[in-house]
Amino acid sequence: MIAELGHAALWLATALAVLQMVAGALGLREMGLKNANAGVVALARPAAVVQAFLATLAFFLLLYAFAITDLSIKLVATNSHSMKPFIYKLTGTWGNHEGSMLLWVAVLALSGGLLAGLERRLPEKTMSATLSVQGFVALGFYSFLLISSNPFERLPLPAPEGSGLNPLLQDIGLAIHPPTLYIGYVGLSVAFSLCMGALITKQVTPDFAKVMRPWVLGAWVFLTFGITAGSYWAYYELGWGGWWFWDPVENASLMPWLAATALLHSVSVLAARDALRTWTIMLGVLAFSMSMLGTFLVRSGVITSVHAFAVDPERGSFILALLGLYIGGALVIFAMRAGYIAEGKRFTATSREGALVFNNVMLSAILAIVLLGTLYPVFTEVFDVRVSVGPPYFNPAGAIFAIPMFVVMAIGPLLRWKDDKPARIQFEMMMLAAIAISVIALVAFFGSYGFLPILGLAFAAALGVAALLPLRGRKLSRVPTATYGMVMAHFGVAVSLFGMASESAFTAEKLAAVSAGGQEQVADWTIELESVDPIAGPNWTAVEARVIATRGDGESVLLTPQARNFWAPSQATSESALLTTWDGQLYAVIGDSAGVDANGNPRWQLRIWWKPFVTFIWYGGLLIAFGGVLSIIGRLQVDLRRRSAIKRGKERREDAEAIGSSAAPEPAE
Amino acid sequence: MRLFIALLALIAVQLTGPVAAQSGMPPAPYAYTQLEDPALEAEATALMHTLRCLKCQSQSIADSDAPMAGDMRHQVRSRLLAGESADEVRDWLTQRYGDYVSYEPTVSSTTWPLFAIPLLLLALVGLVLLRRLGKRGSHADGAA
Repeated sequence: MIAELGHAALWLATALAVLQMVAGALGLREMGLKNANAGVVALARPAAVVQAFLATLAFFLLLYAFAITDLSIKLVATNSHSMKPFIYKLTGTWGNHEGSMLLWVAVLALSGGLLAGLERRLPEKTMSATLSVQGFVALGFYSFLLISSNPFERLPLPAPEGSGLNPLLQDIGLAIHPPTLYIGYVGLSVAFSLCMGALITKQVTPDFAKVMRPWVLGAWVFLTFGITAGSYWAYYELGWGGWWFWDPVENASLMPWLAATALLHSVSVLAARDALRTWTIMLGVLAFSMSMLGTFLVRSGVITSVHAFAVDPERGSFILALLGLYIGGALVIFAMRAGYIAEGKRFTATSREGALVFNNVMLSAILAIVLLGTLYPVFTEVFDVRVSVGPPYFNPAGAIFAIPMFVVMAIGPLLRWKDDKPARIQFEMMMLAAIAISVIALVAFFGSYGFLPILGLAFAAALGVAALLPLRGRKLSRVPTATYGMVMAHFGVAVSLFGMASESAFTAEKLAAVSAGGQEQVADWTIELESVDPIAGPNWTAVEARVIATRGDGESVLLTPQARNFWAPSQATSESALLTTWDGQLYAVIGDSAGVDANGNPRWQLRIWWKPFVTFIWYGGLLIAFGGVLSIIGRLQVDLRRRSAIKRGKERREDAEAIGSSAAPEPAE
Repeated sequence: MRLFIALLALIAVQLTGPVAAQSGMPPAPYAYTQLEDPALEAEATALMHTLRCLKCQSQSIADSDAPMAGDMRHQVRSRLLAGESADEVRDWLTQRYGDYVSYEPTVSSTTWPLFAIPLLLLALVGLVLLRRLGKRGSHADGAA
């Protein structure tokens, strides 16, 4: 019954998406006149809200089916197991194609519903157009789900037992990473619809930007957090201590983030200065396009192999068709409307807008590099030429644009809006340059490291200081919350950059075959293998090493890395053991048995890394995300304050029976 | 998300035989043993991070427990120890396994767009910036 209910809810939601689309479109034709369609037009908002409820219901029904391991449902039988720990039964709901697409669609409907239910600031016509586009986008993905990826399909006969979830996914990371990333991906759909709505009704205004900003910020916060969580998950779960590999799947999440980062800066300029109108629209289209492209790359199987995609092209071509439809449609509307969008306010190169434009171009260029490096191997594989594009390509090619970006990022926030003289911030620029140069000199003096890691350390130091400079000389209690958000996010970039550079430059590695009682040295740590014992968990057996780590003369700490063997499905994983200190992480993995030593005692492969300040990568990511949260809070505060001020003013005016229609002036931040 | 793909690879590994932990053959000597010389080992590590594990999904041979990755690590270390340069080792591997094994694309008849497009991009970026910011605001149009 559960499966049928869920399936029916999805079909109903699809029907409502059609209604939303049609009602929204009719709202455009009306021109404010009374006509027979007025009743239908008013249905767009409720259609979106009810749809959100239905799609969420469908998702929770699937969640319930996984919770009780309903083996009559095909998806549950192929991806779950009755003996699995409960939490992984739940998270397994989205640890597969159909379930994760249902989550995608549920989040899409939910954000559409929130937009329809909460947003009252936009002109009604723009809102109609926006909801219509949102309904159109939702319709495409409902169809995809129902036609080619139905999560509620029943088996003719219930399976006696499920096949289980991949052990690598049986981790708390699966509970956090995909949902946050999906909320970010799909939150950008609202930005896309709003852009389209504003474009269709020619309302690309600061007010529109203010409506869009919290959505962009929100999606961006989730994307940032999702990428950070995913990076840390891969780092500890895969057992080799890598945190970023420019893997196509990683790139698929990075590209929307780059576009969203550019978009959120652009939308801020539009809101505050009424400049960059077309930029903002283009970036809004680009950001959601990258979300869809990411979904296509991950979900079509095209990354695993073009040939795998060619053998079973149904899903991939479906998403590809949607991708073409939405991006193409957006570009057509853009081309038709671009001439109508009046020019925004002007500014010079040496202004804050100028710096933001520069960095938006840099972000877009980095995005282009990532896109090229990700898609090119897929492209050549079609012609049976296989090439690999990895870190040796992405790092330098990305750095070409990242280096100037970091320079401008350091000084941009110190510039004034509209026009400024660089001479005014001469002292700050000299100081930052001095910091960077002394770090380079210092690091290069004490050892020989790669060019990019050294540069990374220098930029991290300079950026860390530069991020705090906007607070200099200001009364801290009067600085707007949103400005604190910016400061924190920029500081987070410096922190993260420091972690990356430090990990690349200073990591110490020790691989050794050790018997019980054997000692090894890595950096200033002494590692002793105390014993190796068998151990069993709910759905796995393992060997567990007891490793004593001592730093210098300090206290000893016990680490217990495991080599696990799961039995459903049968697979081996390494459970790394991490020891976190303030200045880095000790990373221990136990591998295979490695024969016997001279005395006939069994030996085991140990892999130990000392990674100085590696944790700063993710601390930085969290700071960036938290900066975004502060920014949202700040904007909402201002908005609420203004709304209540407007309300009070209105009441006063009504009391005086006077008519005033001028909007409150927008303070430049 | 990388894990989603890693899992596909691991499923494929399962189909072909027992997983790494249970394979019968002992790994080659330098698969899990570092070189004595720290400078040489650092060179080997750097090189291994840019070579693809052909049996894995998007993993370098420095990040994999697959037996083949172990064999390739052994090749890298023993060849560097024998005095070959990192480039020579990479060449030897690409001759044997094709360009696919190296994560460092070089300019060739099949890969030139990877290098030409960034150059074009650089020109494009310069052009956009010049158009948008180059005129000191006198004619700057709001809709770049």
